[in-house]
Amino acid sequence: MIGNFPFVTVIILIGLGIYSLLFKKNLIKIAIGLTLIESGVNLFLIALGFRKEAVAPIYTQAPEGVKMVLPTPQALCLTSIVIGVATTALVLSIVMIIYQRYGTINTDEIRRLRG
Amino acid sequence: MSSILMHAPALVIALPLLAAFVTPILGRFNRKTISWLASFTLGLTLLLTIFIAKQVLTNGPIVYVFGGTEIGLTLPFGYSMPIRIIFQIDAMGIFMGLITAVVAFLAAIYSISYMEQHTGLDKYYTLLLLLATSMFGMELTGDIFNFFVFFEIASISSVALVAFRSTISGEPAEAGLKYMVVSSISALMVLFAIGLFYGQYDALNIATIASVMQFTQLDKIALILLVTVLSMKAGSVPMHMWTPDAYSEAPAAITMVLVAASQASLYALFRITFSLYNVTLNTITVGWIIIILGVLSMFIGVTMAIIQSDIKRLMAYHAISQTGYMLLGVGVGLAVLTNPAALESYGIKAMEGGIFHIMNHAMYKGLLFLTAGSLFYRTGTRDLNRMGGLAHNMAYTATFFIIGAAAIAGIPPFNGFASKLIIYESVYQFNPLLSIIAMLVSILTLASFVKVFHSAFLGPQLEHYKSVQEVPKSMVLAMATLACIIVFFGLFPELIVKHIVHPAVMALIDQARYTATILGGI
Amino acid sequence: MHIGLLETGSGYWNALIWVITAVIIGIGVLWLRNKGQENYKKNTDQTKPFLSGNPEVSKEDSHVGASHIYWGFTEALKKYYEPLVKLHTGNINDYSGWIVLMMAIIFIIVGVS
Repeated sequence: MIGNFPFVTVIILIGLGIYSLLFKKNLIKIAIGLTLIESGVNLFLIALGFRKEAVAPIYTQAPEGVKMVLPTPQALCLTSIVIGVATTALVLSIVMIIYQRYGTINTDEIRRLRG
Repeated sequence: MSSILMHAPALVIALPLLAAFVTPILGRFNRKTISWLASFTLGLTLLLTIFIAKQVLTNGPIVYVFGGTEIGLTLPFGYSMPIRIIFQIDAMGIFMGLITAVVAFLAAIYSISYMEQHTGLDKYYTLLLLLATSMFGMELTGDIFNFFVFFEIASISSVALVAFRSTISGEPAEAGLKYMVVSSISALMVLFAIGLFYGQYDALNIATIASVMQFTQLDKIALILLVTVLSMKAGSVPMHMWTPDAYSEAPAAITMVLVAASQASLYALFRITFSLYNVTLNTITVGWIIIILGVLSMFIGVTMAIIQSDIKRLMAYHAISQTGYMLLGVGVGLAVLTNPAALESYGIKAMEGGIFHIMNHAMYKGLLFLTAGSLFYRTGTRDLNRMGGLAHNMAYTATFFIIGAAAIAGIPPFNGFASKLIIYESVYQFNPLLSIIAMLVSILTLASFVKVFHSAFLGPQLEHYKSVQEVPKSMVLAMATLACIIVFFGLFPELIVKHIVHPAVMALIDQARYTATILGGI
Repeated sequence: MHIGLLETGSGYWNALIWVITAVIIGIGVLWLRNKGQENYKKNTDQTKPFLSGNPEVSKEDSHVGASHIYWGFTEALKKYYEPLVKLHTGNINDYSGWIVLMMAIIFIIVGVS
């Protein structure tokens, strides 16, 4: 049961992210929602590769006969973090431009394009 | 020479990627040359793509292993599954690659004049080249995590391009934000699905996962996530609302590339359902989900298009409606996948129609968006209410618009008719009602393009558009090329269907061949 | 003729034959048109459109704007269009909402089957 804890956290994080995407009217909070989903997915990837009492998978540094965690999910996660930084930066800079042009970051008012 | 061409699959990615980062450096010294550099690079990429296509269509699928000692060695040291990133190019992948190459090249040509007045051109071309790179990556890769990376690059670069004109007004930024939020959600869901696959099968290679696919509960969840977000990125109703926003606010040449980018997502949807899951999933249920999404897209897309008065928004709704045809055709193929008799008699034909429509749509919708861009370039507005009588001044643009409009409405002898006819006749054998809806949608499409043609081009010359001239040569060249392709495809559709489309459909259906390309055997 | 013959599932389609037929019919139409009367009076009322005796509206005033085209169509389908346009709110929350809703619907369909 306790081993499933990370996965429960993953679901909670993604759920919170989706909640803020659906119900928060502030664009910054929507950006936070996206980061929350991203953290949830990253945690999911890391949790997949976890092994109890294992060390970091560096062959030259690891002591003899000790288990190592799976390195691939960590590589995936690193890539995902890097992409996530770019996404967040882009979202925030666009929010900045919107605030300059519209004078608001409320989603109910940022809907000139519709219909 | 031949040794360089052996690396063509890598070069298709590497050339635009390199050019993307050379562009800003070059832009510091000479602003004029960067547009030519981009066009030259994308032209070279087009030639490479044609070379690969020729090889794939004559000799069968190509495998390219990155970082290996040998290009074709997928299983080094006697491993039972591939560990390196592999590009796996079959007829379907290179079919999409050809579309991307043509569209990106013509977009660069068109941009030479269209974007001349704008500042920040080095960034524009960097992003355009990055977008082209990522689309090639999505279409050629055989590794699902690699697909995710290219998928994200495509989202980021296309969002930046949609918001490119936000220095003038706020709307492009708004469109960009909406596109960014939905594409971030979709990319993260794709990553979650990849995690589900990796947790179960310890593999990231699509062929390897496909060979051990069990269709457990977790696979079902992954399927749901992937089908939803990829059909969203393709712009299917009711998840289509970002499409008109993003398509109408992006610069015209970019809109054309965005159409191809959403088709790359459509390709991924087909790749996932056919090559990854294939018969392990409940083909009838998933096939009908795709068919219903397609029918909804067709009908709601076209009815929303009729009432629009912004020319690019109207065309964007048509892009949604045309995506419906592709989903319908390929969905019928998926629904009868487990029934060999039905697959033989009409399933393959329906898929040929759907896949052929992808190519036709990229060409004529690209042409229509370019004509809309030409109108915007000369009149400075996208509002149809304020246009009128422009055929007097812009004869070429009007002619190209007629060709594009006739093609999208399915009027013979243009290419849209050929693919739509295949869809009607084969889908009729599956379910007559679907075919009738498709024909009705085609009539409404014609109606709304008659509206555009009437209000933009016909009528007396307006006072404030007296001095309007024909657009510059590079824009005419890009539009003329697309128009020639449309007419050629319309007159000789059987050449394309037989030599390019049919192999692509067979590559999708035949999962065993897809896995055997990587894992050996058979 | 084998060139241009496309098999379409239930039948065949040949664009070249279509073009040739269209050209022949077009020539026929032109020929018919040329057989018309030539001895009409130019620059009189005979060359003007007849609108029940009303004076002809000038071309500038008779151009129908884009928003007025298909007015009857949209008016007749008002019950269909009003809720549909209302659905396109342009609100970013709704965009995400539709994705989550569709995910739920597909989840139920695939889960039940």
